[in-house]
Amino acid sequence: MNTTDRSWPLWEVFTQGTDGAPHQHAGSVHATDAEHALQNARDVYARRNEAINLWVVPSAAITASTPDDVGPFFDPANDKAYRHPQFYKVPKGVKVF
Amino acid sequence: MSSPHPALVPALLRIADDRLILGHRTSEWCGHAPILEEDIALANIALDLIGQANLVLQYAGTVEGAGRDEDTLAFFREAIEFRNALLCELPKGDFGVTIVRHFFHGLYSVLQWDALTRSTDQTLSGIAAKALKESRYHVRHAGEWVIRLGDGTEESHRRAQEAVDALWPYTGELFMQPADEAELVGAGVATDVSLLEPSWRTQVDEVMRRATLRVPDGVWMQRGGRDGRHTEHLGHLLAEMQIVARSHPGAQW
Repeated sequence: MNTTDRSWPLWEVFTQGTDGAPHQHAGSVHATDAEHALQNARDVYARRNEAINLWVVPSAAITASTPDDVGPFFDPANDKAYRHPQFYKVPKGVKVF
Repeated sequence: MSSPHPALVPALLRIADDRLILGHRTSEWCGHAPILEEDIALANIALDLIGQANLVLQYAGTVEGAGRDEDTLAFFREAIEFRNALLCELPKGDFGVTIVRHFFHGLYSVLQWDALTRSTDQTLSGIAAKALKESRYHVRHAGEWVIRLGDGTEESHRRAQEAVDALWPYTGELFMQPADEAELVGAGVATDVSLLEPSWRTQVDEVMRRATLRVPDGVWMQRGGRDGRHTEHLGHLLAEMQIVARSHPGAQW
């Protein structure tokens, strides 16, 4: 058995700072299972009042885009100015923006 | 307030010294835990315990009124003046010993703090309310580990069972109610710890069952710490814990 096989699975940690706020990625921890991952996440990422709620997700469950996807995935937005809110003029008299 | 009851300072030292000594023992893991996450968890727990001790020692110094503050009480008392249970001073052992001890003492601590939140002494009840939340987390941390170690691999089970066997004779002292605290208990200031044992035992048995561990039967229970009679381990612990304060009296950060 090599050292990789012996190490515990990796979990991604998401913390919620206040009620209603979105959970944000904080980092990752190693843990044997979900409950253990929550505890480790609490100790590593939430011991200084950073969070009121935690999510832990097996890192293996995340499907991520790759650097090769940068072109096809993200470039097309650049030349379509009408996709951005800045394209539209804010009517006079609207001040809250 | 009229003059404090003479048994209050010893009663406070029994509470504080458990946390101070166990906290120091736990700090010995800093930089040595099996993985980074556990290193941080144990350091957090050590800091919580020392913080609890700090509050109670501060109060003990005030009640005593002899000019001793929390630092004097922590760093300038001899082993025979400490009132912690023997369980807290035993060497940290392997990770199994550390976890099983945290579980045994943490569960006791939760029950004791919970009872003390109803103390008629408002300083003590205030400290208890703060400490109770911390100790609940300590039990959750240790309890989950006991189950995983006991019901884990062959080696983790063996080590966890050895830890239970080695530490069990030191659990009885936690529930031996000191005779000099009778009037404090009567006045609702202190807790009769002997009343906490049935609930403690029920919760221990439940976790032991899930961990596939067994509690030894008919064991002679060690005692002495609550009266200042300690194992040889406490002196060595104090030598390390107290040397800086004693080498540089009055030093400030």
